[in-house]
Order: sequence, then C-alpha cells, then structure tokens
Amino acid sequence: MPSILHPKRSRFLTFTRMLEHLIFFLLLVAAFGLFAWQVRKIRANILVGRDRDMSGHAAERFKKTLLVAFGQQKMFKRLTPAFLHLVVYVGFLVINVEVLEIVIDGLFGTHRFLSLLGPVYNALMATNEILGALVIIAVAAFWWRRNRRQPVRRLSGVELRAWPKLDANIILYIEVILMAALFTMNTADLKLHQLRGQDLPGVFPISSLLTGIFPANESLLHVLERVGWWSHIVGIFLFLNYLPSSKHFHIIISFPNVWYSRLIPQGQFSNVESITHEVKAMMDPSYVVPPPPTAPDGSAVAPTTFGAKDVEDLPWTNLMNAYSCTECGRCTSVCPANLTGKLLSPRKIIMDTRDRLEEKYNSPLIFRPNVYGPEAKHEPVTDLANATLLRGKVTPEELWACTTCNACVESCPVNINPLESIIEMRRFLVLEESAAPNSLNVMFSNIENNGAPWAFSPSDRFNWADDLFAAEKSAASSAAPEVSPR
Amino acid sequence: MTPEATKRQITVPVMADLAARNESPEILFWVGCAGAFDDRYKRVTRAFVRILDHVGINYAVLGLEESCTGDPAKRAGNEFLFQMQAMQNITTMNGYGIKKIVTACPHCFNTIKNEYPALGGEYEVIHHSTFLQQLINEGKVGVSGGESFKGRRITFHDSCYLGRANNIYEAPRDVLAALDADLVEMKRSRANGLCCGAGGAQMWKEAEPGRKEINIERTEEALATLSGAAEALANLGGVETETNSPGPHDLQGSIIAVSCPFCMTMMSDGVKNKEQESRVQVFDLAELVASAEGINA
Repeated sequence: MPSILHPKRSRFLTFTRMLEHLIFFLLLVAAFGLFAWQVRKIRANILVGRDRDMSGHAAERFKKTLLVAFGQQKMFKRLTPAFLHLVVYVGFLVINVEVLEIVIDGLFGTHRFLSLLGPVYNALMATNEILGALVIIAVAAFWWRRNRRQPVRRLSGVELRAWPKLDANIILYIEVILMAALFTMNTADLKLHQLRGQDLPGVFPISSLLTGIFPANESLLHVLERVGWWSHIVGIFLFLNYLPSSKHFHIIISFPNVWYSRLIPQGQFSNVESITHEVKAMMDPSYVVPPPPTAPDGSAVAPTTFGAKDVEDLPWTNLMNAYSCTECGRCTSVCPANLTGKLLSPRKIIMDTRDRLEEKYNSPLIFRPNVYGPEAKHEPVTDLANATLLRGKVTPEELWACTTCNACVESCPVNINPLESIIEMRRFLVLEESAAPNSLNVMFSNIENNGAPWAFSPSDRFNWADDLFAAEKSAASSAAPEVSPR
Repeated sequence: MTPEATKRQITVPVMADLAARNESPEILFWVGCAGAFDDRYKRVTRAFVRILDHVGINYAVLGLEESCTGDPAKRAGNEFLFQMQAMQNITTMNGYGIKKIVTACPHCFNTIKNEYPALGGEYEVIHHSTFLQQLINEGKVGVSGGESFKGRRITFHDSCYLGRANNIYEAPRDVLAALDADLVEMKRSRANGLCCGAGGAQMWKEAEPGRKEINIERTEEALATLSGAAEALANLGGVETETNSPGPHDLQGSIIAVSCPFCMTMMSDGVKNKEQESRVQVFDLAELVASAEGINA
C-alpha cells in the first residue's frame, strides 16, 4: 500500500508491522510445536499396544486409503450426512489453500500473495467463498441433528453425554467462527478497496453481498480486516491444538488408520500363536516350542496374558482405532444387540479404550473421561489403582451380547474394528478368568467330549445318512407322464 | 407313479472307505455339527447329498471322523479349544490329502477357509451356495421337473459369516433367481443385513437382557417384506410389536430362504413366535433346489 502518511507515523506503522510479523512467526512456531508435542504423546500411547505386523501390500493399502479415507466411500451409505460431511471436508481441504496464503502473508508482510496466480486466484477465492457459506449451512444442519429435542438416534446414547456431547458442539462452533472470520476479512478488505477505488484481486461472490452492512470507514474497515485475518489464523492455531483432546483428531489420524486397517476377510479372527505352540506340543511330544522372544537388550520379555484386560494388551492398531473414532455411532446404530436394547454399544467400547489409554498413560490437554450413569451397569470399581479397561470401563455383559456379525466393522467410515477388541476381551475372560457364562462352558465341554457343541453322542454323527433316498430324475421328469401309476 | 417305484437309495461315500480302496474324491462334503445332529438341518444335509448324487460328482464325507471346526469356541474366546479342534481336523484331512471342501454351513466355511491355513490346513473351500450356483450355471442342475416356485414370494436372509465375513452376496441370490420365484429384498440386506442373533456363540446361550430378541426383529422384517406391509416395516426398530399388520400380499406360500443352520433355527423360531408357521416356511437353498429338481424322495 503506498503510504501518504506523515513520515513519523509511517515509521511507527513499519514498526508495528514488524512486530506483527514477529508475533505471527512466534505464534506459528508455538502452534506447530505444541501440536507436534501432543502428537508425540498420542503416538506413544498407541505404541503401548501389542506388536502387529501391518507392513506390505502398499498398492492395496494405497487404493483403500484413496477410496475410504480421501474418497469417503463408506460415508455414502447414508446420503444426507454424507453430503453435509462432504461440504465440510472439501471446505477444509480447499480453504487450507487460503490458510497457506495467510501464513505466507503473515511471515513476509505480503498482501494476498497468491493473487499472482491471476485467474486461478479468482476461481480459488470464489470457490472458497461458496464453500465457506456451504460449510456454515452444513454445520447448522449438523447442530440441528444433534441438539434438537429428538436428535438423530445414533447421536445420542449413554456414552454421548457430558464431554463427548460438548466436544461435538465445540467443533461446530469453532467451524462457524472460522468461517465468520474469513468472511469478515474478505468483506472488509473488499469494501476498503472499493472506498479507495482500487481493485482487490480475487472474486468474492459472498463477501460482495455483505459489503453493504459494513461501515464506510477506512480505519474501522482496516481494523475489521485485521481482526478477521488474525481470528481466522489464531483460530486455526487453537483448533489445531484442540484436536488431540477431541474426536476431531480424526481429520488427521483416520488416514493412517485406514491405511493400516485389515486386508483379510472380516470373518477371519486372529490366531494366537503362543497357543498354537502349546497345542502342537500337546499333540506331538517331539515338537520343539520356539524360545520366547527377547527384548532388544537380550532380557526375557514378560509372558503376555491371553486376550486383553487392559489397553496395552490390545494390538496397536486397535489403540489407533480409538483415536480415529468420530463418535458418529454408525456402528452402534447397526449393532443387532444394541438395536434390541442390550447393553452393548461398539462405539462405547472404542471410546472407553481411548479414555482408559489417556487415563493410564499420556493425557491430552483437555481430558474429561466419560462417566456413566447406573444404566451402564458398571461393577462398582472401588480399587481405582487396579481398575482396567475390562473391569473398570467395559463390562462382561456388553462383551457377551456380541453376535460377531461384523455389522459395526462394515459400517465404520474410517475402518475401525470394534469386533477385534471385543474378542480380545472375551479371550481374557475365558482363558485367564474362566469367566464365561455357564451355558458357554457347557458348550465348551460338549465340544471337548463329543466333538460337537451339543450333547450328542459322537457315534450318532453319521446317522443322518441312514435311509436316504432320491427320486429317479429320469422317471420323475421326462418319463413321468407316460408311466402309468400302479 | 408311486414314490416306491422311482426312488433309489443313496449310500453316502465315506472318506475312510475311499482311502482303503486307494481312491480320492474330487470334493469333500463337510457336513458340520448342525448338519449332522440338528433334526431340521439334517434335512438340508440330505437334500444337498441328493444334489451331489444327482449330478454324479465324485464326493465323500468324513462321517464319524468329522469333529466340530471349533468356530463356536473361537467366537466365544476359547482359543485353546478352537486350536485343539482345528488341529485334530487338519490332521484328519491332511492325512487323506483333501484339496477341496464344500460345506452347507457358513461358520464351518469361514473357519476352514480363513482360520485353518495359519494352523497348517490349506484347502480350497466353497460354500454350498456358490457350489449350487456353479451347478446351475453349468446346466448340471436345471431346477426343473419338480416343485414349481414360479411366482412365490421369497426373501433371502443373508448369513453374516457368508456375507459380511466373506463377501458372498450374489451366489445365493443367483440360485434363488433360477427358481423363477418372486424375489423380494429386505431393507437390511447384503452388507447391511441384520444378523439372526445366533452368531458369536449366541446359539448356545441366553441373550443378555434387552427389549427384544434379535431373531424376532429379523423375522418381523422378513414377514413385513414378504407381505409388503409398509407400516410394519416402518415400525421396526428394536421394539416388540404386538400384531402382524397385514400387507397387500398374502403370506400363504411365502418363503424365507437361508443358507446357514443357525439362521435356519433362529428364523424358524421367529416364524413360530409370530404364529405364521402354517403360512410361511423357512428353507435352505439346497432344499429349494432339490425340490425344484424333483429329486426328493
């Protein structure tokens, strides 16, 4: 901007400008530094889990990530939320180009740096503005779906009160504030240029409608433009550092989560190798059980429990699942047990896993673990020091209600697998605590004694083949009408 | 024509006998515990054997040497018992040099196909729905000459361990389509199919406390779909409904088709609970094909 101000005032402005750049630079470094520090803590939490080899198959994983994560393929099973979410998602991706410009402008004192792109910049700004308006509409719709008297069924539930409920709304409010800041900045900038008879690079279909309601006062407009600019970018810095405390962290971690999700059929349950060695040794005395793995320093690793009692007994992928969960409840809404009023909610198990992980290991900046009312039927945990995922948060009643039907797995837009966690905890109940329901213990002993889950004698197994007859096809079809009945 | 005049006894070939004669079958029919012991599902096993016999395929069963695959134990968390069962079966089958297996149980199918390889049992495993589809496509089964299903309303209930677990959705539908029946789809079908309530070892235990049994919810959906009762369909949602609201289609002669022994039990119980057993029947795919082919005796 050419300066026609008094030299002294001009020097002062140059100084405040310099100060602005410095503050911006420090904020930028602080925001990303704090975020990196938080991400490291999350990474450490995830690595608490058991080893699981998810390497290889890069082409297949790339394709899946492209379809499910970038392409949001599984969201489109339900069209209304899919389109609303698509607006916010595309808005997030495209408006980030403008954030890049803000960062460049903030660091180097340029004004709308990307305007050097010319007509591309016009198209970009116009797209941004339209997307921004659509984001506000979508967010309003999201808010209504959650907060009306009868919310969408999957957006309520025992696990979706207190902090998770507030968290969902905070995300929506922040998104509206960010969009409002963007429009304030553009409208003020546009009007400022109009008053000066200058051309502002870019095309602003929404802001050009709003210039009428802005004051025709240059210095006030300048302040408004700065307020918009600063609130947008500071808002983004704050939001970035809010993510690790929020379900909104999915915007980052759902990509690796989908990448590392299973490629094998959903019906295939994991094999417990330590048991394989035991069984082989039982069946063949000459079988040599391989020595247990040792730690990198050569010391023996403590034998692992069968199944999962606490978070560190779960594979790391299932812990990453917990950080990818958006708490959308698609899993719970299709769960046959939940649908018919049982205690099981796959979403709760995933949320409990994250809560427990953050309670036991690294906590995020804002940490409000879910507290359930009596309807969750928790066993009273008096000994908090010895509370675990299984005994402190997830109850056996939830686990035993699962039909292992994979509906939750199929429904999850970011490929979370609640079924694996459920089975790991069932394994702990059965193999470590012998705490299966009695009827299942009867079934186990039937299999052991009779080779069938029911109490039938093994010698009757082939009785079905007795007196088995078939009609002669040739007589029955072609020849049938001619053969006279006797 | 009296049945006595045209029926013929089938002697089911047993693997041990074949091995003694140094013969090997093209395919092993894995019967499964429900197929061997459950009175209702024994009829499916017999229907399927009639089809195997009818097309003249060289097959065998393990007979008394078969034992539970371990599926219910594994789903219930008893990995130790599962692996004991699995290794016993793998030892038996590898001893006979089995290469290819067909089974009418999606749970056996899933376990042998997906979970036996890690324990040393590698076979080509196909479910009987795919097998029947192939026979029809190859023209070995004409689905004609027997009972006609033309115009009868049939809805197919997806088994979780066939569908979501192994992505087999079209084979059973192709088989039903060959019957020339009036195939109607439930709203929750294919990948969105609702479980019958028996998977994950639920078959052997009481359900946890809740508002409703899962098989009732699913049966209500099937009945409302068959009768076309829009109101009843709209009211589904995990709440017990009192009456069977009638739809534009008479339920008489309608069929719920299944492809799994546990679905068979759950859906049959559901139909009885809804007091519709005189009008609606639950059949497995193999039974329908055998009836249409006219080879039941």
